Amino acid sequence: MIDILNAIVLFSNFVLIPGMAYGAQLALGALGVTLIYAVLRFSNFAHGDLMAFGTAATILFTWWLQSMGVNLGVLPTALLALPVGIAAAVAMSLVMDKAVYSFYRAKRSASVVFVISSVGVMFVLNGLTRLLIGPDDQRFADGERFVIRARDFKDMTGLDEGLALRTTQVITVVVAILVVIALFRFLNHSRMGKAMRAYSDNEDLALLSGIDPKKVVFWTWVIAAGLATVAGVLYGLDKSFKPFTYFQLLLPIFAAAIVGGIGNPVGAIAGGFVIAFSEVTVTYAYKKFLGYIVPGWEPDGLMQLLSTDYKFAVSFVILVVVLLVRPTGLFRGKVV
Amino acid sequence: MSQSVRIILLYSLMFAALVAVGFAQSWPLALAILNMCLISGIMALGVNIQWGYAGLFNVGIMGFAALGGVAAVLVSEPIRGEAWSVGGLGLVASFLSILAAAVAVGWVRKHLPQRGRGLITVLLLIAGYAAARQFFGPAVGAIEALDPTIYGNIGGAGLPVIFSWLVGGLFAGGAAFLISRIALGLRSDYLAIATLGISEIVLAVLKNEDWLARGVKNVSGLDSPVPSAIELQASDWFISFAADIGMTTIEASTVFVRGSYTLLFVIVLALLMWLTERALHSPWGRMMRAIRDNRDAAEAMGKDVVARHRQVFILGSAVVGIAGAMLVTMDGLFTPGTYNPLRYTFLIWVMVIVGGSGNNWGAVLGGFLIWFTWTQAENWGPQAMEFVTSGMAGDSALRLHLMDNAPHMRLMIMGLVLLITLRFFPKGLIPEQIRR
Repeated sequence: MIDILNAIVLFSNFVLIPGMAYGAQLALGALGVTLIYAVLRFSNFAHGDLMAFGTAATILFTWWLQSMGVNLGVLPTALLALPVGIAAAVAMSLVMDKAVYSFYRAKRSASVVFVISSVGVMFVLNGLTRLLIGPDDQRFADGERFVIRARDFKDMTGLDEGLALRTTQVITVVVAILVVIALFRFLNHSRMGKAMRAYSDNEDLALLSGIDPKKVVFWTWVIAAGLATVAGVLYGLDKSFKPFTYFQLLLPIFAAAIVGGIGNPVGAIAGGFVIAFSEVTVTYAYKKFLGYIVPGWEPDGLMQLLSTDYKFAVSFVILVVVLLVRPTGLFRGKVV
Repeated sequence: MSQSVRIILLYSLMFAALVAVGFAQSWPLALAILNMCLISGIMALGVNIQWGYAGLFNVGIMGFAALGGVAAVLVSEPIRGEAWSVGGLGLVASFLSILAAAVAVGWVRKHLPQRGRGLITVLLLIAGYAAARQFFGPAVGAIEALDPTIYGNIGGAGLPVIFSWLVGGLFAGGAAFLISRIALGLRSDYLAIATLGISEIVLAVLKNEDWLARGVKNVSGLDSPVPSAIELQASDWFISFAADIGMTTIEASTVFVRGSYTLLFVIVLALLMWLTERALHSPWGRMMRAIRDNRDAAEAMGKDVVARHRQVFILGSAVVGIAGAMLVTMDGLFTPGTYNPLRYTFLIWVMVIVGGSGNNWGAVLGGFLIWFTWTQAENWGPQAMEFVTSGMAGDSALRLHLMDNAPHMRLMIMGLVLLITLRFFPKGLIPEQIRR
């Protein structure tokens, strides 16, 4: 019985909790991608770098706050700086929309033209982020590191396995839940949210019924940039900030959006967790876990399905399987 | 201005810029830039075959270039009999288990009723993977334990490295075939994301599978298809030759080696250019443009759109693979850690868009121009920053920080070049010519 408990604690510590946090981060990222896709009808390759840009702005403001001696006590100071980062990312998105995308929207260009111009925006944001904060790893989490320490948990329960719960993991999940609730209330109940959904379903009908497309586009960028910054800051708090890593997050985020059904917000959240848990479970070494479950059995290898270096392969394989079996995704997305 | 005058003029300007670098800086440098321009031109040609002829959006160019690079290693490294004798059997066995599982899955999907075959497929895949792992682990361990400081890999085929250019094309084309089975026929964005994923996976494999090409431990000292600089410096005829043309022996030997590469690359580029131009102006090329411009109409005319897309996707990727093999051959070393999607995928896209998508001459010119700008822009960023911050105190923290990160400005410059071209000159420097 004790062994089973140990196994559960071990599994929670290394798979369940990290998977929850990572899933929440991916879900927020995928929500942004999916919103852009639903309303503006293109895959935004600059989303990863928008996350990086918003996070970089947040980090810089966090450092300034810290240098002024302001902090949030047990919580990371970055939460206080988050609105500034969001404002920076929103401003940048609106500038880019005005300078780049609005032209093609007026011309009703093919979606691939939007995608290629988003590659241009990606380059610009990438360069700008590196100019702002440099290409290196930055850690900016402060405050209390743990809610529960592994050793305290062991003392408390008398089990052999410890369960560590980091503050950043709790914050990630709590913030993600709050953001998602707010977003769905906005989409389902506010006038603007309904207008956005109408615009996404049928652009011409929406225009006929007097919806202002400029406002719809404006709010889409505000929300997408806000989500991107929140996702980026949470990821950076949980792990660390490096511009190139954020660029690489593009793949799991897109995979999450497509797996859930691109253009569908519920799907994006589900997809985020599917991708995150697949990555974590497939790259986890089950040796110790199986040792608890099957007493007296010592496996030879690490019992790891794939080495962590291949985590990209996991999101990719899931993506391919979904595309082959159910191209519209788990929840029916839109395919333009 | 007629098309051909425009081509001649722009290429002459490009050539003049390279000559100017030769006079102002040095000839070895000018040749080094020219060689990279040629390779970039070939990569841009490959992308133009996919994008310009067929409208396929491939963002996995880095992966295909890296596959070409690994071909250079696998073709030219000496045969390592001892590595094969300790681990060859295991590698072959694990490969066969995967193959057996794939064949079994194929049979199941074809012959069993729909109900329950999903489960059997999954079970077969798991069994195949487990069996392969059983053989694979020990074999790889044994291979990597042999001379790990110099080798630790399976070696190569011991052939002259120049063959790898062909093999690199085959590797990349083979990978493109596999991807095309999955992702073609879906929407354009999905192909983009699928290729992005494939290229990341290819790089992950090359970085981590040390038994194949030593992973991040890199392979250096590859066989070279041209005489080495050290050999030249030791030979009497070359020393007197260098004295005759008034260069130091070292400079002359560098120029000679790089010039030989230039010659080889020009031959490859000319050959590919001739082939692609022939293809573009043949009935096949007309069909490809018809499919690109109006897919539905072409399909209604009885053209097999997906098959044609597959064809063009494989051809374009193979061209990129050839360029990847040439690049590694010229460098003489294979370093999987240096492949970066911004440099190897998206920069190539800038080349094609700026040069003129749909026009081979334009794409190659874009390759030249953008590579040239990319190397020169390395200095522009710091110089611009120097100017911007000249009013600040010499040791101000902001100035130092900006100067530090200024080299990254060239990413921004490239982004701006792409955006400006796309908006104001969407047809590029040498636009596609529509022939009736």
